[in-house]
Amino acid sequence: MKIEEQPTTVIAVAHLIGRVEQFRKGGFRLVQMNATQVGDEFEINYSFEKDYRFENLRLIIPAETEVPSISGMYWGAFVYENEMHDLFGIAVKGMNIDFNGNFIRTKVRYPFRNPTFQGEGPCQRK
Amino acid sequence: MTYLKRSPWIIHYDASSCNGCDIEVLACLTPMYDVERFGIVNTGNPKHADIFVVTGSINEQNREVVKNIYEQMPDPKVVVAVGICAASGGVFRECYNVSGGIDKIIPVDVYVPGCAARPESIIDGIVKSLSILEEKRTKMNSPAAKKDTQSGGIQ
Amino acid sequence: MSKKIVVPFGPQHPVLPEPIHLDLVLEDETVIDVVPSIGYIHRGLETLVAKREFTEYVYVAERTCGICSFIHGMTYCQGVEQIMDLEIPARAHYLRTIWSEYSRLHSHLLWLGLFADAMGFENLFMNSWRLREFVLDVLEETTGGRVIQGSCKVGGVRRDISDEKLAAMAGDLKSFETELSDLSEVFLHDDSLKSRLVGVGTLSRTDAYDLGAAGPVARGSGVAIDLRKTGYAAYRELRFEPATESAGDCYARCAVRIRELFSSIDLIRQAVETMPEGEIEVKVKGMPDGEYFSRSEQPRGELVHYLKGNGTKHLVRSRIRTPTLTNVPSLVKMLQGCELADVPVIVLSIDPCIGCMER
Repeated sequence: MKIEEQPTTVIAVAHLIGRVEQFRKGGFRLVQMNATQVGDEFEINYSFEKDYRFENLRLIIPAETEVPSISGMYWGAFVYENEMHDLFGIAVKGMNIDFNGNFIRTKVRYPFRNPTFQGEGPCQRK
Repeated sequence: MTYLKRSPWIIHYDASSCNGCDIEVLACLTPMYDVERFGIVNTGNPKHADIFVVTGSINEQNREVVKNIYEQMPDPKVVVAVGICAASGGVFRECYNVSGGIDKIIPVDVYVPGCAARPESIIDGIVKSLSILEEKRTKMNSPAAKKDTQSGGIQ
Repeated sequence: MSKKIVVPFGPQHPVLPEPIHLDLVLEDETVIDVVPSIGYIHRGLETLVAKREFTEYVYVAERTCGICSFIHGMTYCQGVEQIMDLEIPARAHYLRTIWSEYSRLHSHLLWLGLFADAMGFENLFMNSWRLREFVLDVLEETTGGRVIQGSCKVGGVRRDISDEKLAAMAGDLKSFETELSDLSEVFLHDDSLKSRLVGVGTLSRTDAYDLGAAGPVARGSGVAIDLRKTGYAAYRELRFEPATESAGDCYARCAVRIRELFSSIDLIRQAVETMPEGEIEVKVKGMPDGEYFSRSEQPRGELVHYLKGNGTKHLVRSRIRTPTLTNVPSLVKMLQGCELADVPVIVLSIDPCIGCMER
């Protein structure tokens, strides 16, 4: 049994601001933003919720695309946008608080792009 | 037996631990385990501390912080690495941002095993470190060491 | 106008059990701006999905945070089960609910202690933690672990609790509840505590909602969001109301958590009473193919595990969005305009869990 329906709409980068504005006006709150690497492309999910109704917007973009910031509408979005930039190297334009890549300081640049691992293998042989 | 051994002060720092060991370190101080009855006091100031209790493993960001705290502590001092992450990186040892155990940065005297380490074993580890502390103190105050460094030890 | 100075707060600070760094911009004693910087505990554990099979990753998910470890494990398992359309037995749902509520009790008591410690009230810290040991004992008896339980797995739970033990657990809650009432009396009615908490770090209802605050921070400002109302695990069959307060200050957030402690006790009793018989796990067949945003209510607020699988034994992505991360913007708003001396109390009032936040 599904706990809840989670409709996802795939949209183009140009329509992002307009759609987010609609959610903002409709009284939705921002639940989260995240990025996923699928092949050479990135999927960026913007999740919103109102009265336990969960909705999701998705951008599918090539690696070097710049996405506009939604921090003008949702002030708190800067944590997700900075995180996305630091971990995936997705350029976000117009953030209200831009840490310039210093929000999460990591050993390698953009570590989630091509995850690397330390040498040791598994503890158990299978 | 010296006063130092009877009332060692500890400083606790959470390197990149998941909190599991941290809350167990704190649990040692509370009424159920109550290490304060042995005179052990948790302090927030490295300059007052004799024992450095570290949980979690070393990563890029906290490398300097751990080193800094260790260097600020007065001699003699001992380091207790609590939990498997502090010993080797544990379940996170393969993560890109984890450099490994605490001993990559500073010398560790006692390793406490467990994920999360139990309060009993943490107390055990700290008690074990006391004799190492005592040893270091005796060595520091020995005539040979005094001659080397020309500095006074702790009485 | 006086000169502005920047005071660094953290990462190693006596009041913080975990490292977070805040640059406080001060004008005299008043904080006018705050710049948080994180990364001291960042491990990058989400990348481990590529190394661990989806059934093994639950151990990593649980170690995201040692305080709400059970709920992390459960949310991850729930997500995988939703992707695979796996129907788990009702008894497993109930056991998960019971352990979740015990985790909430332990987490809130831990927080009450740390909060009292931040105000310099050491006796209250000791008393909260003494009471917390009762909860940890139950967790240890039923799962084998004090803070990291490891009792949840994809497809159900690993251990059953016998009916006698369940009855004993419900019985023991009575004396626990009495002691908790005494403790909450101090937190809610002591004058010295009130003078430190009332009107400090106020967050308005609109700000809380717009900044995406979650859990007790949102509920303390009158936003009644409680993910347990979505009815995951056994919550759809249990009766409870989200605890809310309207003032939005540190006192309100404290009051919300205290009321949640009592509601957790009530939920455990209900779950024990209506516990169904039967199996505790189902066999897992196949590999996860699809995606799901698994959401649950952690002691600190809404937790989201985004999971995406591609039909192999390794997931493509696990993204853990923890309540502390979403409460950081609210924290920045709360700190603006406060006194320097109140900073530790306000920081503690959101119940920061840096281990979760940075993963």
